[in-house]
Amino acid sequence: MQSALVSRLGLGLFAAAAPVLAFAKPAMGEMEKQPLNLHAIAMFFIFVLLTLGITYWAASRTKSTSDFYTAGGGITGFQNGLAIAGDYMSAATLLGLTAMMYMQGVDAYIYMIAFFVGWPIILFLMAERLRNLGKFTFADITSYRLNQGKVRTMAAVSSLVVVCFYLVAQMVGAGQLIKLLFGLDYTIALFVVGALMMVYVTFGGMVATTWVQIIKACMLLIGGTTVMLLGFSQFGFSFEELTNRAMEVHKLGTKLLAPGSLLADPVTAISLGLGLMFGTAGLPHILMRFFTVTDAKEARKSVLYASGIVAYFFNVIALMGLCAILIVGTNPQFFEGGEIGGKVIGGGNMIAMHLAQAVGGNLLLGFLSAVAFATILAVVAGLALAGASAISHDIYSRVIMKGKASEKTELKVSKFATIGLGIVAIFLGMAFEKMNVAFMVALAFGVAASANFPVLIMSMYWKDLTTRGALAGGYIGLFSAVTFVVLSKSVWVDVLGFASPIFPYTQPALFSMPLAFLATIVVSLLDKSAEAQNEREAFGDQYVRAQTGVGAATAASH
Amino acid sequence: MSSQMYAHIRRNPRFAELVARRTRLAVMLSAVVLVIFYGFVMMVAFAPDIVATRLFEGSNLTVGIALGLFQFVLFWVLTLIYVRRANGEFDDLNKEIVQAAWKETK
Repeated sequence: MQSALVSRLGLGLFAAAAPVLAFAKPAMGEMEKQPLNLHAIAMFFIFVLLTLGITYWAASRTKSTSDFYTAGGGITGFQNGLAIAGDYMSAATLLGLTAMMYMQGVDAYIYMIAFFVGWPIILFLMAERLRNLGKFTFADITSYRLNQGKVRTMAAVSSLVVVCFYLVAQMVGAGQLIKLLFGLDYTIALFVVGALMMVYVTFGGMVATTWVQIIKACMLLIGGTTVMLLGFSQFGFSFEELTNRAMEVHKLGTKLLAPGSLLADPVTAISLGLGLMFGTAGLPHILMRFFTVTDAKEARKSVLYASGIVAYFFNVIALMGLCAILIVGTNPQFFEGGEIGGKVIGGGNMIAMHLAQAVGGNLLLGFLSAVAFATILAVVAGLALAGASAISHDIYSRVIMKGKASEKTELKVSKFATIGLGIVAIFLGMAFEKMNVAFMVALAFGVAASANFPVLIMSMYWKDLTTRGALAGGYIGLFSAVTFVVLSKSVWVDVLGFASPIFPYTQPALFSMPLAFLATIVVSLLDKSAEAQNEREAFGDQYVRAQTGVGAATAASH
Repeated sequence: MSSQMYAHIRRNPRFAELVARRTRLAVMLSAVVLVIFYGFVMMVAFAPDIVATRLFEGSNLTVGIALGLFQFVLFWVLTLIYVRRANGEFDDLNKEIVQAAWKETK
């Protein structure tokens, strides 16, 4: 029973929450299509109209490449904080974590802390340097004093790997979820998501992408808080009463509040913690957000707001999950065949939705469904923009044209790249409909933590980094992360059908990240070439810029 | 302008001071976060009984939940401390250093 629920969960956890649930069973079973949900569709239409209006307005402000990639650097810390929180809190967070709390109790709460703890670290070690050194993509930073062609190509390749896998995982999850929530056909859902994403990004660039994300973050906060308050009020806002009664009905009993199996093995726990923490710090669409603010001051503020919002919302979700144990878990209406303790209608993903319906009727259910759809759209738009900028800014403008491309052609290339990525995402989404895509998320986080993060952090902190070292570390991180994921249960057993996995953990980070660091360090130290010497000497100037922001890309072009 | 200015800033002892102070704060806060978080993870892995202990007789507030909530609050407060100091005193110092470099290199 539990594993069936978890496997359904794994499906919906197409975003960041999936690594932990990647041990879910392969066959996710057919998700039954729900009847057409009119409230949800009406509210979703309002959201789409609003965001299209914003895109129209944003289009008039998107003239230069700087507007397109980074909204001209004119986003404030508060706006960016909301957008970052929005990028981080996907549909998986809302639906997956509520369900995890509902099923596993306090284990889920511990997991949420692991999910949160990366943010303070990103602030302390990276935020201001990212802003001071970067312009449009994080490859700007890694290639700052290294060989532009080679290092940029490497960074762009690993960015695209991350973006593509994450995008496909999102699309498959989106199709399934929309089918479930709205009663729309899987293929139609993919086309709707793909088309809207292309419109937002090609016309509105980063301005539209950011505002879509901000609106969605606000909707998510309002929706989640409302459901939590209505649910919690049924227990007189008393934690004691809620937990006492929850323990009475939950099959875990008093174990509900004790740590269970989730993090019992310390290697898994630490690998997961590392993967979530440093994977987040290597995701191109999250890193890109640091270039949209005016200066390092605003970059720091945006992390402050983002982490505050994320921390608040995780606690809301924890309470939602506890309330659901009683409100959903004891109501036969939400179980197939009316059998309490049987299969939840629609699977684990629907627990948050059932809770919304139980406490707020169809209106709240519709609102929360619309929020889930909006969430998917906003996240895929951010991903597409990050992928497009790797193609147009890094590969086309810097590597192929060696910086001689006109702004106009670069902009054109980036729009074509967006459309190309959108089409690829739709078709891959259709191809992978019946597959378990949990491994794609593990892969995206693993590659981000092992290929992007080590080179990025070393380029900011370590004087002796050279081009050869960066290339060795980046490519070894990329290949080892991919290899470990392929040999792990989620691909080796679940996709390829072998009996037992060769690599026993779901997250490769604990092993592939040290490999990447080691390769970077050893190869850099052994590099005695003349270029390497120049690269080491160039660190001094880069260091001053990283610390003071002198010479940093500014919003001054406006 | 840039290269000369960078060289000037690097020679300014105030720059070394800024970097040293800001780095010390960032490293210290990171260490607090990592030690507490991974300590907690270790506790969950090796001493789940302690994590499941109730703080008060008759209450459902366990050590695990209390420590969890404590981490959410503490880590956010640490980001607040960093942002206030970095955007306040360190940025003032930064401005001073940059302006001195501007004057010298003009």
